[in-house]
Parts: sequence; structure tokens; C-alpha cells
Amino acid sequence: MTHDMSEAIAKNREHQNDWRQYFSFSTDHKVIGVQYMVMTFIFFLLGGLLAMIIRAELLTPESNLVDRPLYNGLFTMHGTIMIFLWIIPFNAGLSNYLVPLMIGARDMAFPLLNAISFWILPPAGLLLLSSFLLPNGTAQAGWWSYPPVSLQVPGDQFINGEFIWIVSLVLIGISSIMGAVNFVTTIFWMRAPGMTFFRMPVFVWSVFSAQLLQLINLPSLTAALILLLLDLSFGTQFFKPEGSGDPIIYQHLFWFYSHPAVYIMALPAFGIIAEVLPAFSRNPLFGYRSVALASLGIAVVSIFVWVHHMFTSATPDWMRMTFMATSMLVAIPTGVKAFAWTATIWRSKLHLETPMLFAMGGAAMFIFGGVTGVMLAATPFDIHVNNTYFVVGHFHYIVFNTITMAIFAAIYFWFPKITGRMYAEGWGKLHFWLTFIPANITFFSMHPLGLQGMLRRISSYDPQYQGWNVIASLGSFLLGASTLPFIANIVGSWLYGAKAVDNPWHATGLEWTTSSPPPRDNFEEIPVVNRPPYDYGDPKYSFVENSDNAESNR
Amino acid sequence: MQRGNIHIDESPIRFDRWLRRLPNWLQRFLPSGGGSHQDHHGKGMFGFTVFLLSESIIFLSFIFTYVALRLNTTNWLPPGISGPELSKLVILNTVVLLSSSFVIQPAENALKRNQLGKFRGLWLITIAMGTYFLIGLLIEWKNLDFKITTGLVGSTFYLLTGFHGLHVLAGVVLQIIMLIRSFIPGNYNKTHFGTSATTLFWHFVDVVWVFLFSLIYLWRA
Repeated sequence: MTHDMSEAIAKNREHQNDWRQYFSFSTDHKVIGVQYMVMTFIFFLLGGLLAMIIRAELLTPESNLVDRPLYNGLFTMHGTIMIFLWIIPFNAGLSNYLVPLMIGARDMAFPLLNAISFWILPPAGLLLLSSFLLPNGTAQAGWWSYPPVSLQVPGDQFINGEFIWIVSLVLIGISSIMGAVNFVTTIFWMRAPGMTFFRMPVFVWSVFSAQLLQLINLPSLTAALILLLLDLSFGTQFFKPEGSGDPIIYQHLFWFYSHPAVYIMALPAFGIIAEVLPAFSRNPLFGYRSVALASLGIAVVSIFVWVHHMFTSATPDWMRMTFMATSMLVAIPTGVKAFAWTATIWRSKLHLETPMLFAMGGAAMFIFGGVTGVMLAATPFDIHVNNTYFVVGHFHYIVFNTITMAIFAAIYFWFPKITGRMYAEGWGKLHFWLTFIPANITFFSMHPLGLQGMLRRISSYDPQYQGWNVIASLGSFLLGASTLPFIANIVGSWLYGAKAVDNPWHATGLEWTTSSPPPRDNFEEIPVVNRPPYDYGDPKYSFVENSDNAESNR
Repeated sequence: MQRGNIHIDESPIRFDRWLRRLPNWLQRFLPSGGGSHQDHHGKGMFGFTVFLLSESIIFLSFIFTYVALRLNTTNWLPPGISGPELSKLVILNTVVLLSSSFVIQPAENALKRNQLGKFRGLWLITIAMGTYFLIGLLIEWKNLDFKITTGLVGSTFYLLTGFHGLHVLAGVVLQIIMLIRSFIPGNYNKTHFGTSATTLFWHFVDVVWVFLFSLIYLWRA
């Protein structure tokens, strides 16, 4: 390497550590990734705050803290923010950071488009939040926004909470579609030489599957929102029963996206777990090929399950039966994943650092949430607990206890790579236990509540439900407090943490072969890949590569 | 890689090999191996095709809504409304739009052969045809005896034709931009991504119109 080059690289690294780049319009996928992750975390805090107000209201059977419209607005905005401004865009940010590094590319396929997809989000999020300032408040029909309820907005003003809700969701959708086009193209076109599909890490497979779902299913949500907007503000009658429109059509279009959206959120989380477990058990991922294909399997099956959200919506019996069967089919590929995770850590020496704790916690919670999911896929049981807290408990086990835990695992796991510094291990472990235990207190309590018959989306309830509600509320306040050590740790370590080496976990992914943080172009030289992604403890790959072998594998 | 030894990288499904065996038109969009970093045109066309796939789902959702509403509504046409008519105007409009696909494709081919003059001429004709269609659509809207608020027939008709019309408008705008860019020296070459994408988009808009035309005008009430 010449002197000039090393100087340029050093300058590059200096630029990489400049905090000002995170506030600029950058086309670097790593900067955009961090921008996504930090912004969505702020929305996560906001959404959590709304949840705690909801739980505070539910401490007592009477409705005494917030009035009915505000309560409706609170759960609507909580759901909307957590889904559309926390998990989905956080995954987009993490994937943005990692996918080009993991497949050995210098950047995403369309860097400018990538930056635009991010910069649509802050205005969309602010627009959504601004509806709190409207005289009639935010949208109040729940995050589903079912008509005709969502069309009954107070007053006859043109701009109302529902209108703003629809517009911001359409904007977020546009951002997601652009992102999905970018990810799919990147994974198809930008792989380094030798990086065949079956040498890609499972995380990349998961992102690929999730983004395919975005491409195929998200447009139906956009279509539903456009129709809802026309009904709301332009006098059309698609979903208005009094004009012989059909609200059930909205439910079909909505769930055709919003059920797969669960897997758009969950697949990257599964991918994270599949990256962390092998690294901290020093074992190759068990059944790599099956796990990779299971991601695609989940994506394919999930396209055909949306009607299970409509078992009580005047759905004919033959449709209920069909979709009960397809919904239960999802258990097969997800079961393959859960089995592979277990087999990966089987009889290995576990290194229980914070990322591993979160990944194992998330995997374990997924078993619980998955089992209640299969229960809910059964039509008779679903009709029994329909619209109760059992459903709330189930999906919070998935979206918080599994996905958000996995996201925390990812933050700790790749923190040294992203910032070039180590986080504080003790604080991380404290954060884990402060998250894991209260999360289970909060969301487990919802299952008995639901089985006893407590309905969701109500601010006052029968006093017999108070016991479990108090437990859930106290758990949620603890859960809220658990983010404080996390923020302290992340901010403190980013500023003052010990310098991290390039590969602190001795992990095998391509992203660990470059410096921490990576230079602008990711790799000083595009790597040539000649080994499987998880070769921990595989003696064949612990020695220096045979270059002839590498050549023939290309 | 040795045979006989079970190698961890040996797979029954080799995506790369599959893709190489696919027909040529597909291979134009799919890279066969890793590291196609330099092929901006191919990468762009792949991404644009993927985007159009997504876009077609919106149209499919609207068509699903139209069909479902129409099958479940007994009084599709309110009293005194005759519904969308298969008039001469509509037929002429359709003929012009569909034949424009046979003008824009030679234009793109001409550009690939570096025949810039021929490209500009044919491209200009396509723009004229697209504009003709848009004006025809507006005239049709003006002559109809129902509005977007007139029952489901009005809601769905203006939704389908309006959303498609927006796409035609976007296509014409893209064509005008590409025409202007062809006069800027230095930044135009024969594999210009913008013209190829515009051509593909135009074909897409035409194909969608075939379905909408059949559903709206040929399916009699």
C-alpha cells in the first residue's frame, strides 16, 4: 500500500467518526442506517410513553386519567408508531447498515434512492405526531383504522386526525417500497465474487424474504389507504355501507399487507438471532440451508394467511377452514428455525455476553408467543378470545419479547462495529434483566386477563379484572424504566467507551473483516468469498486458505 | 471442489445455475453471479422491474375492489345513469394508447443503435400519442352524466381511470424529460437507463389499460 493510499484511508476514517455526518444528507448506507436506527429509537421511546399512559389509565377500573377520545387516540398512535415508525424502519436501518457489509458490497444498489427513502420518514413521523395538536385529536379508530368507524370523524372539517394518519402512512409506505426495491436489487446484484446465495448469512436471507413481502404486499395497504382517503374526504362510497359499499373489502386489503407485516418485522429478528447464537456458542449454525430456506418459506406461506384476522367478520366457513390450515402451516418453517437455534447451542460452551442474553431471551419468548399464535390460528379458539387481551398478550410476546429483544441483541452485537467502541458489559446485563423480567410480567398477565374475557381498547372495565391489570401496569412502568440504563450505556459508550478491535466476538461474517467503524467504501479491497457463513469450529476452515480451492469455488 | 466428498457448500439447489439456464429475456435482468457492480443499466432495469411488480399490486387491489363491489351490488347503476359508454372516443383513445407501444419500442431500439435523430422523432410521436390519450380522457370525463360521488359506479370508474390516467401522465412527463436530456451533450449514451425504464413503464401502462378497458367497458351491466 502506498503512502498516499494509507493517508487517504486514515482521512476517510476520521471523516467516519465525525458526528455531523449523521445530521446531513448522506448517501453512505452506514450513515443512513445509523440515521434510521437513532430516529426510530426516539419513536420507540414516544410509543412506549403512550403505552405507559394507557397502562396508568388501566390501573383502576374507572376511567379517570384520560377521557375516552384521548384514550382511543393513545392506543391508535401507540400501535401505529410502534409498527410503522419503530420496528419496520429500525429493521430497514439495521439492514441498511449490515447487508452491503455482509455481502461484500461498497454500498447499496441505489444510494441516492436510499437516502430519499430515509428522509421521507422524519416528516411523515412529525406529521403523524402533529395530529395531537388538532382540536379533535388524533386518529381514534385503532391502528387497523377499520371503516366505517374510521370514517366517523367528529365534525366535518377537511383536515382531521384520520386524514393525517392516512397521509403519513402512505408516505411511510412509499419509503418502504423504495427501500424494498433497493434491498432486493442490492442482494441480487452487489454480492462480492464467490458470495453465492448459499454463502449469504441468514440475516441477509431474512432481509431478502422480508423485503420481498414488502414488495408484494405493501401496495395493497397503499391501495386500501387511498380508497379510505377518497371515502373520508372526497365523497366516494367504497367502504360506506349506507352507499352500498363494503367495509369487508378494506379488511381484506388491509390484512393482505398487515399480516405479512408481522413477518416483515419478525424475519430480520430471526436473522439477528441466527447471527448471534452461533457467534456466542462457537458452533456453526445448525441446518444453515434449511434455516435460510425457511425464511423464504415463512414469506411465501404468510402471503396466504390474512383471513385469520377476519374469522369473526362474516367470513364464510370454507374460507375459515382454509385459512386456519394455512395459518397453522407457518408453524413449520418457524419451527425449523426454533429447532435450529436450539440445536446450535446444544452442548456448546455458551458465552453469555449481553447480545447472547438478548438473543436467547428473544428465542425463548418466541416459543411462547409462537404457541399462542398456533392457538389463535384455530378458528374456534380465535372466536372465543376474539378482541380480548389474550390477543394483545400474544402479539406483544412476538413484537416486544421476541422482536424488540432481538433488536437489542443486534444493537449490542454490532455496537463495536458501528461506533468503533465497546459498550459497558455490566450495564448491558442490567438492561437485559430489567427488560426480560418486567416484559414477562407485563405481557404474561394479559393472557389470563384475556381468557377471563377482558376486552381490549376499553378505558374502564369490570373490577374483577383489576388484579392482573395492576400487575401488568407495574410491569410496564418497570419496562419503561429499563430503557434508562440502556440509553446511558449507549450514549456513554459511544462517547467514552474503550476502543473496539475489528472483530471483538471472533465472529465469521464479512462485516467483521473490515475495520470498526468501516471506511467509507466498506472494504479496502472487495473480498473474495470462499467459505460458508458460519464456520465456527469447523477445522477445514481454521487453517490458511488453499488458494486453488478458493479459485475453483468461485 | 472435489466430488465424492460431502462438502458443506454443495447444494441441491444452485440458484446461480438456475438463473444461467433461464431464458435470455430473464437473464437480461438477473445477474448470474456476484459482483456485477459495474452494470448500472442492468441493475437499474432490475430495480425498476421489481418496482413495477409492486405497482401492479396496487392496480390488482383496485381491480379486486371493483370486481368484488360489482358482483355484490344489485343496483350497480343508479336510476337515470347509463354508466361508462363504449363510445367512439374511448375506442379511438384505446387504439392510440396501445399502438404507441409499437412506436416507443423502435425508438428505444434506435437509441441503442445510436440513431439519435430517429430516436427523437419516434419519441416525439409517442409523447403526442400519450397526450392525445390524456386529453381524450378529460373530454370523456366531461361528457359523462355521473360524478365520482355518484354511487359505486362513479367511485370505481373515476378511481380506475383516474389512477391509470395519473400513470399515463407520469409516463408522458418521463418521456419529455428523456427527450430534453437527449439534447444535452455528453450525458447521453446508447444504453441510457432512463429511456429503457420509460419504455418499460409505457408498456406496463398499456398492458394495465387492456385489463381496465375490458373490465370497465366490455363488462356490461
